[in-house]
Amino acid sequence: MQLREILGKYPKTEDYLIEILLDYQKTKIHHYLSEEELKEIAEHLNISESKVSSVMTFYTLFSMKPKGQYVIQICHDVPCYVNDQNSILKTLTNLLNIQVGETTEDKMFTLEYTSCLGACDKAPAMRIGEKTFTALTPNKVKAILAEYRGKKHA
Amino acid sequence: MVKIKINNKEVNVKTNTTILDAAKENGIDVPTLCYYPDLHINSDCRICSVEVEGSKNLLTACSTPVKEGMVIRTNSSKVLNARKTITELILANHDTNCTACVKNMKCELQSLANQLGIDENRFPSVLKQQDVDDQNPSIYRNPNRCIKCGRCVDVCKDVEGTHVLETMFRGHDVQVTPKYGKFLSDEDCTFCGQCSSVCPVAAITEKDDSIRVLDALNNPDIHVIVQVAPSIRVSIGEEFGELSGGEWTGKLVTALRSLGFDKVFDTDFTADLTIIEEGHELLHRVQTGGKLPMMTSCCPGWINYAEQKYPEMLEHLSTCKSPQQMFGSLAKTYYAQSEKLDPKNVYVVSIMPCTAKKYEAAREEMQVHENIPDVDAVLTTRELGKMIRQMGINFKELPNDEFDNPFGITTGAAAIFGATGGVMEAALRTVSEVVNKEPLESLDFKDVRGMQGIKEAEVELGGAKVRVAVAHTLKHAKQLTDQIKEGTSPYAFIEVMTCPGGCIGGGGQPYGTTNEKRQERINATYQLDSEMPLRKSHENPYITEIYEKFLKEPLGELSHTYLHTHYKPRGKLK
Repeated sequence: MQLREILGKYPKTEDYLIEILLDYQKTKIHHYLSEEELKEIAEHLNISESKVSSVMTFYTLFSMKPKGQYVIQICHDVPCYVNDQNSILKTLTNLLNIQVGETTEDKMFTLEYTSCLGACDKAPAMRIGEKTFTALTPNKVKAILAEYRGKKHA
Repeated sequence: MVKIKINNKEVNVKTNTTILDAAKENGIDVPTLCYYPDLHINSDCRICSVEVEGSKNLLTACSTPVKEGMVIRTNSSKVLNARKTITELILANHDTNCTACVKNMKCELQSLANQLGIDENRFPSVLKQQDVDDQNPSIYRNPNRCIKCGRCVDVCKDVEGTHVLETMFRGHDVQVTPKYGKFLSDEDCTFCGQCSSVCPVAAITEKDDSIRVLDALNNPDIHVIVQVAPSIRVSIGEEFGELSGGEWTGKLVTALRSLGFDKVFDTDFTADLTIIEEGHELLHRVQTGGKLPMMTSCCPGWINYAEQKYPEMLEHLSTCKSPQQMFGSLAKTYYAQSEKLDPKNVYVVSIMPCTAKKYEAAREEMQVHENIPDVDAVLTTRELGKMIRQMGINFKELPNDEFDNPFGITTGAAAIFGATGGVMEAALRTVSEVVNKEPLESLDFKDVRGMQGIKEAEVELGGAKVRVAVAHTLKHAKQLTDQIKEGTSPYAFIEVMTCPGGCIGGGGQPYGTTNEKRQERINATYQLDSEMPLRKSHENPYITEIYEKFLKEPLGELSHTYLHTHYKPRGKLK
C-alpha cells in the first residue's frame, strides 16, 4: 500500500502518529521506514520531524535500518533463560551465521532479543513475525529455519 | 489562601501555589535542576523531591500544588538521601572533568553536588563517550555533559517553535539531539543560542572565540578594534555578581581599553546608520510600490530562519545589513582609509548578546575585500565577562570612560535596538519626521514596547495611516510571516527579533536570563534612551558627517556596496 493511502485512512492529527508508523512499516518487506518517508509523514500531520524522530527512536519495534524479511525475536527473560535458551540462541547464530542485532547477508533473517512473549509455561520461546514458537529444542529450530528458507524458494 | 505546615512552620500561602514557590516565599530553598522559570515544568529530574505527610512517595515541589493542611518536609534525611542518590546517578553518566569545562564554578550540577555534600560518588561512571557537535561557527554541543533535563528542548520547541532539539532514543541510551542524532548544522537550526542560555551544565555553549581575540590583541602588527552592541551595556554587570539592573557603559568601555583594544567603538553608531538606510528603504518601497510589508533584517537568527523556512518570501526582508556588519564593512573601508591602515591589518571584534552573530560574521557575502571578513571575531557577553575575569580586571571598581570617535557618538534611538520593539520605535522616530517634515510631539511609541509576543501600532505617515507590527521569538515571527504568505497581512513594516525580549534576552547573554531579568534590562534600556541628549538617529552629527565625507546619500551607490546585502534560500547552514 502507498504511504498516501495509509495517511488518508487516519484523521490528520499527531495522535495517530504511532498507528500510521505501525501500519506503514507493516507494508514494508524489510520492516523499516526511511527518513524521506518520515519527513512526508511529519509534513502531513504538520508536526516537526524531531517529534517523529523522538517516537521512532523510542520504540524498539520501529526501525530506520532495513531488516531481514523475517525478524526472529528470541526471548530474553528469566523463564526462557533457565530453560536453556542459550542453546537455542547458539543454534540460531550458528545456522544463520549472524549475532543478535544483525541481518543475514541474503536479507532473509534478522535476529533480535525481545522481552517476555508470555509463553513461559512452554519456555524457551521465540517469535518470527507474528508467529510464536515454543518448547524449542535445537532440532526444532533447525526445522523451523528450514521451513522458512523453503518459503523463499517456493 | 491555604494553611500549610512546612518544616514545622505553619504558613498561609496562595491557593494553587506550588510547593516550590510556597517554600521560596517562606525563605526555604528547595534545590532544582530541570526546573527553569518561564519554561514548561517537566519534573523529570526529581531533585526538588520533598516529603508530604500521607503520601507514600516523595513529591516534586516544582509541580505539586499546595493543599489545605499539607504537612511538608523539605530537608528530612529521607529527602536529602534521595536528592543525593539522584545527583550521584546523574554524575555517573556525566563527563565530570569539571576543571576542564567552560561552566566550571557556574555549573548548576556542580553547585548541587557541592550543596548536597557529595564528596565521592558511590556509583562508577557509565558514560559512553560520544562525538561533540562543533560543525558550525556558533554553537558547541557536547553530549557527554548532557544531563537530559530537557530545558533546551522546551526553549527550542515551545518558546522559539523551531523544535530542532528533542529527546531521542530510550532508557540508558537517551540523548537530547537534533533528529536521529544528527548535528545542528544538518538541521534548520538558526543558532539563536537560547538552548545554551538555559543549559544548566555545559552541554550546549557558544563556540569560544576568546582565544582568537587574545591572539590578535597580543599581535603588535594588528590594529584591533572592538564594537559593542546596544544590549551589552545593560547586561554585562550581571557577569560580575551583584551588578544587576542599570547600565554599565562607562565601565564597559574602560574594561575593553584595559583588555588592549586599540579603539573602542559603539555598534549604536551603525544602529543609527541602519535606521537611516532602513527608513529610506521603507519610504522608497512605500512610494514606488515595492514589496510590503518590509521586515527588519538586523537579527541574524531571524535571517537564518527566513532563508530556511520562507525562501519564497525573502524580498520582504530589508536589504540592510545588520548594525554589526555595517560596522565591519565601514571599519575595513572608511575607517581603514582615514587611519591609513591596510584593511588586512584591521581586526574587528564584536561584543554581541548573540550566538547567531558568529554565523553572520562568517557568511561569505559579509566581505567587502575578498577573503577578509568584515568582522573577524564575535564574542558573546559571557565570553567578554570571562575575558575580563581572566585578565584580572576588577570590573566593579573601574572608572567610567567614553567611546572613541568617529563611531562613538550615538542616540537613544540606537540604544533601544536591544529591546523588542526598539528598532521599530527608532525607525518611526526618523521616518515620521522625514515624511511628516515636522518634529514629533512625543518620541515614545509605547505600543511597540514590552514583552507581549506580537505588538502592533498605527502611525500617521504623510497623511496616511500605516500599520506596523513587532514580533519577538520565531514562533511569533512565524505567525506574522504566514499572514503575509496568505495575503492577509495588514502591515507595512514588521520588526522581528528571534530572542524573547529582543537582544537583551539574547542567547549569548549572562546565565540566569529569565523574563524577570529581561524586564529589568528593558527598563534600563529605556531609561538610558530617556537620558540621552540625542534621541533620533537622523540627529546624530557623525551620521551626517559620514554621508558628507563618504557615503554621499542614503540608498546611494556606496550604501548599496557596503551597507546592503542579499539573501538566498539556504538548505543547510554549513
